[in-house]
Amino acid sequence: MLITSATIHPEELKKNLTDHGAGAYVSFEGWIRDQNDGQEVLRLEYEVYEPVAVAEGKKVIAEAMQKFPLLHVNCVHRSGLLEIGDCAVWVGVTSAHRDEAFSACRYIIDKVKVRLPIWKKEHYVAGHSDWVNCERCVTHGHQHPQASVS
Amino acid sequence: MTKNITVRYFAGFREHAGVAEEEVSLAVSNAGDVFESLKHRHGSEEPLGHCKVAVNDEMADWDAVVNDGDIVLLFPPVAGG
Repeated sequence: MLITSATIHPEELKKNLTDHGAGAYVSFEGWIRDQNDGQEVLRLEYEVYEPVAVAEGKKVIAEAMQKFPLLHVNCVHRSGLLEIGDCAVWVGVTSAHRDEAFSACRYIIDKVKVRLPIWKKEHYVAGHSDWVNCERCVTHGHQHPQASVS
Repeated sequence: MTKNITVRYFAGFREHAGVAEEEVSLAVSNAGDVFESLKHRHGSEEPLGHCKVAVNDEMADWDAVVNDGDIVLLFPPVAGG
């Protein structure tokens, strides 16, 4: 589990997961979108409380390793200012077969989004900015609660 | 009993409080009491369950006991990914 203010390069990260016993590699990349909830997004800012985010992220990965027969797992999340199209989060897993790889990747990204102390502020084309509140959207049952990453 | 606690605010909470950290003396027993006692500082209208708390850098439940000298981290609703 890594928090970084540097650009995420999925192809580089993927290399560390290779294994001759792996028949499957599944990854997830979350990208910054240019609109959310009817507003045009200019850029996005992630605030991360790193000590707890890393510890909690490691717990999530350990849980995934416990639940699924995985070979290798890694997760990287950005901090700081991101532009449209940037990769905000990356999850990669390898396993013998695809079922557990898909399931584990989904498990990790879902938990990372709701458990790690990470906040995002959207800066809009119109000039204002606002903190995104995923929990509130979850309560209201929105399909895509988060701001700019699908 | 009044306890001396260091409170840290994050994201929207910090912007509302105008400070990232402050020392407070509160008659509280658990983390939830700290959140409720400091509503005028963090300004949250969210239900407690939407927010999170850590005590001394460990994620905690709202009923976690807070001791004199503890550092309580008040987290607004998270939005990673």
